[in-house]
Amino acid sequence: MPIKTTDRKRSEKPASLPKKLTGITGFDDISLGGLPAGRPTLVCGDAGCGKTLFSIEFIVRGAAQFNEPGVFVAFEEKSDELAANVASLGFDLKDLVRKKKIRVDYVHIERSEIEETGDYDLDGLFIRLEHAINSIGAKRVVLDTIESLFAGLRNETILRAELRRLFQWLKDKGVTAVITAEKGNGALTRQGMEEYVSDCVIILDHRITNQVSTRRIRIVKYRGSLHGTNEYPFLIDEDGISILPVTSLKLEAKVSSERVSSGIPTLDAMLEGKGFYKGSSVLVSGTAGTGKTSMSASFADATCKKNKRCLFFAFEESPQQIMRNMHSIGIDLDNHVKKGLLRFYASRPTLYGLEMHLVFIYKMIHEFKPDAVVLDPITNLITVGSLSEVKSILIRLIDFLQGLRITVMFTALGLNTITSDSTDETVSSLVDNWILIRDIEQNGERNKGLYVMKSRGIKHSTQVRELIISKNGLHLENVYLGPEGILTGSARESHMLQKETEAVLINHAQARKNKQITRKERDLEARISLLRAEFESVREDLNNADVEEKLKKQVEKENLDKMGRMRNSYQQSPKSTRGKINNNQG
Amino acid sequence: MKKEQLWELRLYVAGQTPKSTTALNNLKKYCEKYLKGQYQIEVVDLLVTPQLAEGDQIFAIPTLVRKVPEPIRKIIGDLSNEEKVLVGLNIVPLK
Repeated sequence: MPIKTTDRKRSEKPASLPKKLTGITGFDDISLGGLPAGRPTLVCGDAGCGKTLFSIEFIVRGAAQFNEPGVFVAFEEKSDELAANVASLGFDLKDLVRKKKIRVDYVHIERSEIEETGDYDLDGLFIRLEHAINSIGAKRVVLDTIESLFAGLRNETILRAELRRLFQWLKDKGVTAVITAEKGNGALTRQGMEEYVSDCVIILDHRITNQVSTRRIRIVKYRGSLHGTNEYPFLIDEDGISILPVTSLKLEAKVSSERVSSGIPTLDAMLEGKGFYKGSSVLVSGTAGTGKTSMSASFADATCKKNKRCLFFAFEESPQQIMRNMHSIGIDLDNHVKKGLLRFYASRPTLYGLEMHLVFIYKMIHEFKPDAVVLDPITNLITVGSLSEVKSILIRLIDFLQGLRITVMFTALGLNTITSDSTDETVSSLVDNWILIRDIEQNGERNKGLYVMKSRGIKHSTQVRELIISKNGLHLENVYLGPEGILTGSARESHMLQKETEAVLINHAQARKNKQITRKERDLEARISLLRAEFESVREDLNNADVEEKLKKQVEKENLDKMGRMRNSYQQSPKSTRGKINNNQG
Repeated sequence: MKKEQLWELRLYVAGQTPKSTTALNNLKKYCEKYLKGQYQIEVVDLLVTPQLAEGDQIFAIPTLVRKVPEPIRKIIGDLSNEEKVLVGLNIVPLK
């Protein structure tokens, strides 16, 4: 899938110059639609830079994808050799030849067999070409490498005149032609072919910097058309040439408010409990051995567990190594790989140049279409490029990923040196989330303090947490802020134990006090009941005295009454007598 | 001069151009002079039979091909230089 660039939009206007799509990945983008139709194009470059591949791809893809038959005139390689080369691209050249889609004409010029006398012309070549074109109704023609004629024939004057005629003739024929030529000293081509082919000139280049070679393509000239003028790195692999225009830089990527988990619930909790925004970039930086890879593995694991696809670029360890190591923290990546949700791509940074790495990453992403990408670590890329180069690569990569709404997690090794600090700084302006893992060295122990340095659009926690890697995965623990400062690791553990002991002691003391209280209560209650009993007896005593007094008084009165009656000698019943007396008294 | 050796020569031309005519005339002249009765000239007009061009790897016109005796030799041009033609066809050693 070609990447859309701003240039691409322009090509949607009606182009004045008709173009033919080549089908070469990316080339149709940078040339805004392919090669000029009905005109010859010169492709020049050093040996081994992919000229023949470019031209054969033009023919084969033309025949297979655009139904445009093509003639390949080979001056260097025989048909069988060509067929073998094309087979490696997954095209069956012989089959295409059988179907009359392609015709391969091998023009063999052997100087030792040839004697030149007098005047001649290249009508033979013209006739062969015409015959070949007519026999299959070809729309595309490749001459690879026509400069071999100069090696086989001595009369340059005739050759030059004839070549001029040939290119004019090709134009008149209305075929889209590609002519390849060797790069010359100081000139585009050794034999000055650019004089004859002036419509479109493409240079392929094979440059080695720091012992790493990078192939590049550039459209030098394209008469009557806009085109990308930059040098674009390209890749030759089993799919042929892939050119990816990697210089688009615009800030208009669509955003998503969807959230994705970081794979660590406690970290998600620091990010409003939901994790990162989908399509955002996450930088995890830290010193060596702080668990950056483990963190990216948990992220990959979490992504895959949600049935999303994840692409893991490892620049440090091999996939097997990562998978084995992650077993130790309870993350099973093998399973995801088996299910096809997770794909590893491991390479040594020194394998290609930086640009090539980027091209490769692009290619893999286009192929796999992941939801999340992990790059572990990006700082290793510095070994093959300067800091500014790495930065520019990352800008483009992040830009590209955000355009596709792919969440990306980078890990970066931050040493406590000036250079890597600036790496962090330069990258940090680009990334949306930055998680920093720091060493906390205390009491002869090294622990990992994690904090969210920034997280765009998320109200994140500002606290330092301790990152704990256990066999159950990663986990964040609150750090203790004691009087001696932050406590982590075993200091935290011992602090916790101490707290526990204190709690036990307090509990114990509490229990004892409770017991004392109950005992006191019981004691007092006993005393209260004793006093109450005493009081009862006293009251009883006092009551008894009272009753005795009353009885005494009554008895005295009765006695007094008895005495009175006896004195008056009234013959009355004792009751009424008494009542009378009482009445009298009242 | 080899005895009873048959020379099979093939001249590729494209129509009746002056160059082709010159070449054919020159060739006939040399053959009469050096290979009398031992040669056989076949003229192939590629305008009529273009498919034959591939077989002998013809790209220049006119081209003279010595089919027999082996090995195949090719001379391109209008054959105006007698000496070169003879060397090219290996008819006589260079003086």
